[in-house]
Amino acid sequence: MAGKMEPLMQSPMTPWPYRIQKVIRESHDTFSLNVVPKNSPDSMTFNPGQFNMLYAFGVGEVPISISGPQPGGKGMIHTIRDVGIVTGALHKLKKDQTIGLRGPFGSAWPIEESKGYDIVIMAGGIGLAPLRPALYALLDQRDKFGEIVLLYGVRKPEDLLFTKEFETWRGKYGVQVKMTVDTADREWRGNVGVVNTLVQRANFDPMNTVAMICGPEVMMRFAVSELKRREVPEDQIFITMERNMKCAVGFCGHCQFGPAFICKDGPIFRYDKVKQFFGIREI
Amino acid sequence: MNKSVTIDREGLNQLISVLNGMGFQVVGPTVRDEAIVYEKLESIKDLPEGFTDEQDGGVYRLKKRKDKSLFGYAVGPHSWKKFLHPPERRLWQADGEGGDFEIKPEKLDATKFAFIGVRSCEMHAIAIQDKVFINDKFVDPVYQVRRENAFFVAVNCGQAGGTCFCVSMNTGPKVEAGFDLALTEILDNDRHYFVVEVGSEQGEACMEQVTHKLAQNEEVTLAEKVVKETAGQMGRTLDTTHIKELLYENLEHPRWDDIAERCLSCANCTMVCPTCFCSTVEDVTDITGTHAERWQKWDSCFTMDFTYLHGGEVRASTKSRYRQWLTHKLASWQDQFGSSGCVGCGRCITWCPPAIDFTEEIPKIRDSETQTLKTS
Repeated sequence: MAGKMEPLMQSPMTPWPYRIQKVIRESHDTFSLNVVPKNSPDSMTFNPGQFNMLYAFGVGEVPISISGPQPGGKGMIHTIRDVGIVTGALHKLKKDQTIGLRGPFGSAWPIEESKGYDIVIMAGGIGLAPLRPALYALLDQRDKFGEIVLLYGVRKPEDLLFTKEFETWRGKYGVQVKMTVDTADREWRGNVGVVNTLVQRANFDPMNTVAMICGPEVMMRFAVSELKRREVPEDQIFITMERNMKCAVGFCGHCQFGPAFICKDGPIFRYDKVKQFFGIREI
Repeated sequence: MNKSVTIDREGLNQLISVLNGMGFQVVGPTVRDEAIVYEKLESIKDLPEGFTDEQDGGVYRLKKRKDKSLFGYAVGPHSWKKFLHPPERRLWQADGEGGDFEIKPEKLDATKFAFIGVRSCEMHAIAIQDKVFINDKFVDPVYQVRRENAFFVAVNCGQAGGTCFCVSMNTGPKVEAGFDLALTEILDNDRHYFVVEVGSEQGEACMEQVTHKLAQNEEVTLAEKVVKETAGQMGRTLDTTHIKELLYENLEHPRWDDIAERCLSCANCTMVCPTCFCSTVEDVTDITGTHAERWQKWDSCFTMDFTYLHGGEVRASTKSRYRQWLTHKLASWQDQFGSSGCVGCGRCITWCPPAIDFTEEIPKIRDSETQTLKTS
């Protein structure tokens, strides 16, 4: 019906300008951008697990999860693998240059809800990036949680991310950090094999465990079945889903996964809520 | 309000002028390229006088009627979404150089539209898109301002189309809510007039400038009879009992393969659907590389690119794309927005080149379920 109204807000499809305050080389194909808003340096809050849409001028926009900083740190860190046209353009950017940013969007890891539980974090490849802020939040209140386990798998040793932090996590916070690679050369002395094989070697109380998983769908499928084999309840397992995404605000329809919009209902889902659709081919 | 009046053909013409005078861009049905489409109207001369349409799976033909009715047809390939959710629009522009740039938000195009001849199924379709663009977590400002500014002259259908099934979907044929004015066209012997129900204050203000009479009881009764007869003429029916569960439980049903052998993945169904809302974005730059723009365009879950993720498409097969479209429309839409995504307008049946008709496909899935139950 006809009426009068003046929308006041900026369209959720319009990015805000952010300044790159630091570029970090993470591995041979992966880098991090720490960015701050150009106009209002104080207005940044995000929950571990959320993501932003990053725009490279004239090239395009991609969803990238927030990988830091530590609580109290400055800016928002995005860890990006250079695999496409937009991520390639972002890779070329330098300190003090500008990117466009929309966000943060999406659901978060259940940090508060997991107090009193053991925590098993399972990451495949770049999947560790959205889990790092979850680890930071857990370690920030270390005494509120039981065992904390990080099981991390990558294709090759040179793909490992954030390894410098592992010693602190192990030594200072007593995190059980276990790594594995799919294939290795002679210099690698660690585990070889897929990440779900590490589950049986970790020490945690399954019934009293919250698991947080991020990685390729096939990796998550095996991870979930291994955790279930150890009798971690389905409603204490959290997975992340990825689909093509154009808008991040529920308008474009691209990221649908069964009844869920990954942009606004996900990317983090409690396993029992999506298991009906998880693993169905081409869903 | 809540009283009915009558206007004649000249009254309808006056209404279009009045709306024009109030600053509305008046749009409505008109004949172009042998189809009835929604475009700008100057007067009732632009309406499809004396036309009707023959519709069936993959069939749409205009035919001449014996009378001079102005709304004697069902819905065509267009829907009002092309005005509220434009097929193509620039979202913003950016200018920059040397690693720095500035974004210029797009000026809001708040065109005031007056829609003439909105059918009940279409009023429902607009209410469904409202949930996507203004009543959910985020708001699309362009949709919102156009929607709030729009004036609705609805029309109760005097004739159902061959692919119509609004009665099954509970979305028609009588317009129930959301309109400023609702017309029922009456051709009674030599008399041609419209019974007008007033639905808003603005509708009432508008009618004050149009020559009208208070409706007589028999005129109102006649109007009610017209809609009742239309309800009895539905070209299709659909049993929607537990349809969400039916589809969720049959994601691997062999019928999807059967449909995929006929489906061309052409996206026609999604383009003509009044509730389909999917879009994509395109980034463009000028030749110097200092000016960039981002455009939003209608997209379809039937295109290959739609689910592209590094490494390939999630829905590579036609089967998975058709399953996604129909399961979304009839099942997951309910979880997402609290209603079906289908209003029973029949466009997807009419405009499907190989005439795939889900009112025939759903019973195939349902029947096989019943048989499984019997044999198990």
